[in-house]
Amino acid sequence: MKRLGSLRDEFETSILELNRLNVMRIFEQVQESKEEINFVNDVIVPVLEKIGQDWEKGDVALSQVYMSGRICEELIEHILKKLSTSHTKDTIPIAIVTLNDFHTLGKTIIYSALRTYGFDLLDYGSGIDEDTLVNKAEKDKIRIILISVLMLPSALKVKNVRERLKMKGLDVKLLVGGAPFRFDDNLWKNVGADAMATSAKEAADIILKWMGELA
Amino acid sequence: MTKMMTSLTRVLTTLQHKEPDKIPLFLFLSMYGAKELGMSIKEYYSKPEYVAKGQLNIREKYHNDCVYTLYYIAIEFEAWGGKVVFRDKEAPNAGEPIIKRCQQIETLTVPEIKDTPCLVKVLKTTEILKEKVGHEVPVIGVVISPFSLPIMQMGFDKYIQLLYEEDNLFKILMKKNEAHCIKWANAQIEAGATAIIYIDPVSSPMIIPKQLYKETGFEIAQRTIAKINGPVITHFGSSGCMSIVEDVMKTKTVGIGTTELEDIGSIKRKCKGKICITGNLNEIEMCRWDKAAAEKNLKEIIAKAGHGGGLIITNSQAEIPWQVSEEILSHISEVVRKWGKYPLDWID
Repeated sequence: MKRLGSLRDEFETSILELNRLNVMRIFEQVQESKEEINFVNDVIVPVLEKIGQDWEKGDVALSQVYMSGRICEELIEHILKKLSTSHTKDTIPIAIVTLNDFHTLGKTIIYSALRTYGFDLLDYGSGIDEDTLVNKAEKDKIRIILISVLMLPSALKVKNVRERLKMKGLDVKLLVGGAPFRFDDNLWKNVGADAMATSAKEAADIILKWMGELA
Repeated sequence: MTKMMTSLTRVLTTLQHKEPDKIPLFLFLSMYGAKELGMSIKEYYSKPEYVAKGQLNIREKYHNDCVYTLYYIAIEFEAWGGKVVFRDKEAPNAGEPIIKRCQQIETLTVPEIKDTPCLVKVLKTTEILKEKVGHEVPVIGVVISPFSLPIMQMGFDKYIQLLYEEDNLFKILMKKNEAHCIKWANAQIEAGATAIIYIDPVSSPMIIPKQLYKETGFEIAQRTIAKINGPVITHFGSSGCMSIVEDVMKTKTVGIGTTELEDIGSIKRKCKGKICITGNLNEIEMCRWDKAAAEKNLKEIIAKAGHGGGLIITNSQAEIPWQVSEEILSHISEVVRKWGKYPLDWID
């Protein structure tokens, strides 16, 4: 079999073209050499990261980011189930939510990618208001909340989340993302978030940094 | 010196790629009318007369070169049976998608406009506005493209899966959405709309690959726009269009909306003498602009894209947020009157 690193280009092309047959053909080679876990770490994760970065540069479309994330998530679940193992990192409690509205695409992309990277996180769904979010986070002892929004009013509601967390004395980091934050670089600071991320890779790097600080 | 034109003449002149007296300004202010009339957003949208009055006030106050009949983006979703969520100080937003399972597409019924109260109200507003402004001011209507409406109908993630993996159901949904879109656009034109804005963010190369656009959104736009009985301006919401401009021009659109994510000067060069461009004030940043920031942004747009007509200054998305101050809106209008006056001698 080819070395795993050399499969990256072929795997990337296959998932961007949604060529599931080719994805399975590549995976069969990996299975034969019993390198499934290395395939996750050396091929799937870096390819997904590269696709996220290419979207930032305008080289791939959002629909391709979403579909490739889904294919990778399915493949990893298949691998882990087959090997009866887990590649989840030791992590602190993290939740992800679409605040205030029902535009869930951004959340779904980040959720899939972070799970692929090995993060375990709770999905709080969509259309959640500030009070419900803070109450759930308190109950689940959440330390990091990822908030995805599409509309400006939803972005402005992050300020209420911050205030409610403060009132309850909860030490929770807020990581935000979504269109309004891309159109105004200062908005995440103005609404009291601790950081913003424009891709899953960026979100993962920030979470890893915070995990060190919060441990 | 150029004689002062009416708003309609100004817009028609720029659409012909000639320089009018000044660059036309379309501030897309919708819920802002509720602020004008001192009422809640829900109350404001309860009567067509309120929206018409709000638009006329806005036009007078900010010297807007159009009146705008969009109530809120989610209104067509409401027409198909969706629930709209009303909250203070924000545009009414779409509730949960109405298509929970893809198979529901087969039984989905195209709304009858005359039996759909939210759409009937828009038509009534259009009629009132047309009666008031006559041939002096363009009345601008809005439709969501058949290709982009499913973002609300079924949710963006499910829709992307449908687009890639359920070709048959995708075609059925497009057929129904196209029938609705054409009827809705033409009903607005019959009621008095001068032109229609066709909002199509999914067609943006930021959202789907260019090749997929050519096979889907492009063909749908070609079929749909050809059956709309009036001029159409294509708008991609907050997403870009740079790499598909040449295709968009083939859809018989008379204008193209641009966002601040792309260089308006480059798009103007591609469109010059062919179609008009609109844009590209950043309405999210606008919430915290001071007068100097507003002036800097406007002068940059004018300098890059103003020469030779073919430009209407607008905000990039469909609606200016409630949080933008009246002082900044007035200043934007003042800057366009001052620096957007033709000939643009101040530009090197």
